[in-house]
Amino acid sequence: MIVAQRKNIPDLLAIVKSHKKLLVLGCGTCVTVCLAGGQREVGIIASSLRMAAKLKGLPLEVEELTIERQCDNVFLEQAADAIKRNDAVLSLGCGAGVQAIAERYTDKPVYAGLDTAFIGILEERGVWTEKCAACGACVLHEYGGICPVTRCAKHMLNGPCSGSREDRCEVNPERQCAWQLIYKRLKDIGQLDRLKKIKPPKNWNRSQSGGYRTIIREDHRV
Amino acid sequence: MKQENFEPKILAFCCHYCAYSSADLAGSMRIQYPPNVRIIRTPCTGRLETEYFMKALENGADGVLVAGCLEGGCHFVEGNLCAKRRVNYTREILEEIGIEKERLRMVNVSAAMARPLADTIIDMVETVRKLGPSPIKQSSFAKAAEDKIGVSKQENRK
Repeated sequence: MIVAQRKNIPDLLAIVKSHKKLLVLGCGTCVTVCLAGGQREVGIIASSLRMAAKLKGLPLEVEELTIERQCDNVFLEQAADAIKRNDAVLSLGCGAGVQAIAERYTDKPVYAGLDTAFIGILEERGVWTEKCAACGACVLHEYGGICPVTRCAKHMLNGPCSGSREDRCEVNPERQCAWQLIYKRLKDIGQLDRLKKIKPPKNWNRSQSGGYRTIIREDHRV
Repeated sequence: MKQENFEPKILAFCCHYCAYSSADLAGSMRIQYPPNVRIIRTPCTGRLETEYFMKALENGADGVLVAGCLEGGCHFVEGNLCAKRRVNYTREILEEIGIEKERLRMVNVSAAMARPLADTIIDMVETVRKLGPSPIKQSSFAKAAEDKIGVSKQENRK
């Protein structure tokens, strides 16, 4: 899932202070699961903004709404009336959600209330870790299901580097060395021979080069 | 509101298994505590969410007291520890907003600790009394007064 975290209240207030009626719009999908932009966080941020605005003497009215998914036009329609009756939208969706609103409601200012961070998983209660860099050409099959592109600080495809200490990364000793994990995992599943093959340099054309990426499925087009 | 006439309104979320019974016991023991607290019984402080504290302060409470079981003594094992973390998180948000974080406090008591609970309530009331009325209320009062002045000026123009 996409993992994000909220901006702090003074920053948010600085972003929205020129408006009088604001819609704080939550998203019920990824950002709800990572406790950043769901219905509850909408309530907390809306309350915070109302109080912070009062303290600064700003006449800010804040409406709260959470829809199932901001990055989907079908769900976004449910917010149409609320968006119409407010001067601006503070989206607590990921970057895709914010842009979906901006594209659909062209006359309405839309601001991001969250900092979208990465694609990751819930490691333990309250801890999220990045697992995928969305590089566009997955190599996980070669590395026992552990991604060197995301989890090795040097993105090495032919690792490890000589800097790791025990199972720790030299760039950040709090992190595990991805290559140690890859070695252990391949050993456990009996595929250590995969490491004997030298991997050619990665083709980064399928990653973020030349602007945004699109996927077109002709079989699904109408 | 003038500082000397100020009587703080404090909302106390009390856990059914400890603080609520403790407040009851304080009554039975004729222990006095200030009438500034409005007690809300909760099944466990773990039921309380960040937004409850925010709404309480937003709607005019001068302070919020969360009273749960002693650490290690929660009827639901770790509800009071969840509440402690949420209270700390809310205090961080209050600081970001510009409200004194002392307006929100968590205490741990057992069902037999009537005197310590009463002392805590007295201390909380005094703390909030020193801080003064909630700045949220003050600013709304100020705004209302401003609006009134604005209206009378307009009327004068007519």
